Amino acid sequence: MIVAMGAQPARSRHLVMANRWLFGPLLTVLVSSFVIFVALSGAPGDPAVRLLGGHPTEIALTAERHRLGLDRSILVRYWDWLTGAAHGDFGTSITYRTDVAGLLEPRIVTTLLLTLMAGLLIVVFGIGIGIVGAVFRPAGTGVTSLTSVGIAVPAYVAALVLVNVFALKLGWFPAIGGGQGLADRIWHLTLPAISLAIGYAAYVGQVTQSALRAELGAEHVQSARGRGIPAWSTFRRHVLRNAAAPIITVSGLSLAALVAGAVVVESAFGIDGIGSFLVTSVSAKDYNVVLAISLLLVVVFVVVNTLVDAVNIVLDPRARTMQDRP
Amino acid sequence: MIATLPQSVRLRLRHRARTRWRDPVLIVAALVGVGLVVMVIAAPWLAPEAPQQTNILAPNAPASAQHLLGTDALGRDLLSRLMYGGRLSLLAPALVVVIATTVGTALAVSAAWFGGAFDSSVTRVMNILFSFPSLILAVLAVAAFGSGVVAPVLALSVAYIPYVGRVARSLALRERNLPYVEALVLAGVPTWKICAGHITANLLPVIRAQALIAFGSALVDFGAISFLGLGVQPPTAEWGLMVADGRSALLSGTPQESLYAGGFIVLTVVALNVVGERLAARAEMSR
Repeated sequence: MIVAMGAQPARSRHLVMANRWLFGPLLTVLVSSFVIFVALSGAPGDPAVRLLGGHPTEIALTAERHRLGLDRSILVRYWDWLTGAAHGDFGTSITYRTDVAGLLEPRIVTTLLLTLMAGLLIVVFGIGIGIVGAVFRPAGTGVTSLTSVGIAVPAYVAALVLVNVFALKLGWFPAIGGGQGLADRIWHLTLPAISLAIGYAAYVGQVTQSALRAELGAEHVQSARGRGIPAWSTFRRHVLRNAAAPIITVSGLSLAALVAGAVVVESAFGIDGIGSFLVTSVSAKDYNVVLAISLLLVVVFVVVNTLVDAVNIVLDPRARTMQDRP
Repeated sequence: MIATLPQSVRLRLRHRARTRWRDPVLIVAALVGVGLVVMVIAAPWLAPEAPQQTNILAPNAPASAQHLLGTDALGRDLLSRLMYGGRLSLLAPALVVVIATTVGTALAVSAAWFGGAFDSSVTRVMNILFSFPSLILAVLAVAAFGSGVVAPVLALSVAYIPYVGRVARSLALRERNLPYVEALVLAGVPTWKICAGHITANLLPVIRAQALIAFGSALVDFGAISFLGLGVQPPTAEWGLMVADGRSALLSGTPQESLYAGGFIVLTVVALNVVGERLAARAEMSR
C-alpha cells in the first residue's frame, strides 16, 4: 500500500493528504454542527415569544420572527450562523441579553485551566501507574484492581466523596466555587481536577499496563535483554516506543473527553465554566449559547482526534494505511 | 443429552464448566450483579417503606433499626429509595445497551458483508460518533427534545452504537472471509440466514462482553444526566439524582444519601466491568 502510494503522481498524493488532514476534519465539523443546528431549531419553545414576553400580538410575533430571521429557510439560517460564528459572532443570549462570545470568554479560561490540570494528572498518574504495574510484577495485581475500581467511579461521585473528605472533614480545599486570581483558582480547582481525572487516569493506566506487558513479553525485548543491553535503554527504545500508540490514542481521547467530564464536575462544584454554562443554557433553552458551546466542543474533539492520528503516524508509519480500519 | 455427545466434546464441556466456576472474582462479580437485579425487581416486597413516604420529623436521620441506612432531607427512607431508584438506574442503561447492540451488530455485519461504499461510510460515521463523548450527545438531545428519560436514552443508544459496532465489524470482516461462509453461499443458503444465523452467532461471545462493558458506561452517563437535573425529575428515585439530591445534606454534614447512591453506582459498574472483561478475555482465547 505504501509502495502503491509512492507510485502515485505527486498531485494525487497531496490530494489524499489534504483530504485526510484538512477536508475530512472540516467536513466532520460542518456535518456535526449542521445536525446540531437543525435539531436545536426544532426544539420546543419559540425564541420570539421568549424575547417579547407576556402575550404578544400576532403581528408583533411575526415582526419579531422576521427580525430574528426565523421566517427564512433552515439552510439560509445555518449559513448565516456559520459565517457569523467564523467571525466570532454567535448571536445574543436570550437569558443574559448580551453577546454570546463575551459570555464565553471568561468561562473558556476557567474550563481550560480545569482541563489542563486534570490532563496533567491523567498523563502523569495514568501512565505512571501503568508503568509501575507492568514493570514491578508484584504490584501488577494491585494496580489492576485499583484501575478497575477507578474506571468505575463517575466524576460526580468522586466529586462528592472528595468534598466530604478534603473540604468538609479536613478543610484543606474549598468545597465550592472557582476562585479569583491564578493561585486561588488553582487551589479552588484542585478537587475538581482530581475528581475529573480519576476515571480517565485509571483507564489510561489500564491501557498502559497491558500495552507495556505485551511488549515486555515480546521476543525482540527478550533477546535484547539476553544480549545484555541495559534494562532502561531496552525499556525506553523498544518497549515504550512500541507501546506508545495505544497509550497516546487513549490519552488523547481522554483529554478530548475531559471537556465532556467538565460538564459534570463544574456543575458539582458550582464552577462557572463552559460545562456548567452548557447545562444551565440547556435548562434555560438559551439556544444561541448551546449552539456556540457545541460548535466549540465539536472543533476541540475533531482537532484532538486528528492530532492523535498524526502523532500515531509519526510513531508508526504503518498506521498511515490503516485509516479506514477500526 | 450430554450422554449422547462424543467423549471428546463431553470432556471439553466439563472442562469449560469447571474453569468457568474456578474464578472467584468472576463468581463474586456475577453474584453482585444478580443480587442487584433481584433487589430492584423485588423492591416492592423488600423495601421497608414506600420510596415517596416523607417524614418531616426525621430529616437526615442517622441509621437506626427503623431506617437501616437513615433518611434523606425529607425524611424518606434511604434504603427503600435506593432499592426503588435502582429500577430506573438499571433499566435505562439496559435499554440503551439493547438498542445500541442490536443496531450496532446489524450495521456491522451488513457493512462487513456488503463492503464497498456502504462499509466505508458506516465505518466513518461510527468513528466520528465514537470520538464524540456520549454525555455531550445526551445533553444536546435534552436541549433539542426536552428533559426526561426518553431523549437521553435514545441519544445514548445512538452514542453507544460504535462501542459494539466497531469491534463487531472487524470481527465480522474476518468471519466473512472464512471458508465456511463461502460453503454456505455455494450451498444456496440465503444471505440473511448466513449473516444472522452464522456470522452473528459466531460473534455473540464478543458482542455479549462488549455490551456488558458498555452497560456500565451507559449507567454512569444516565446517572450524570440525572445528576445535572436534565433527566429524571424529582421526586422519582434514581441513583444519579440521589447523588445530586444529597449534596446540600452532605455540605451540612450528613453525606449518607450521596455516598450510598454513589456507592451503588460504583458497585454495579465494577461488577459489570469485571464480568464483561472476563467474558471478553475468554472470547478472545477461544478464537
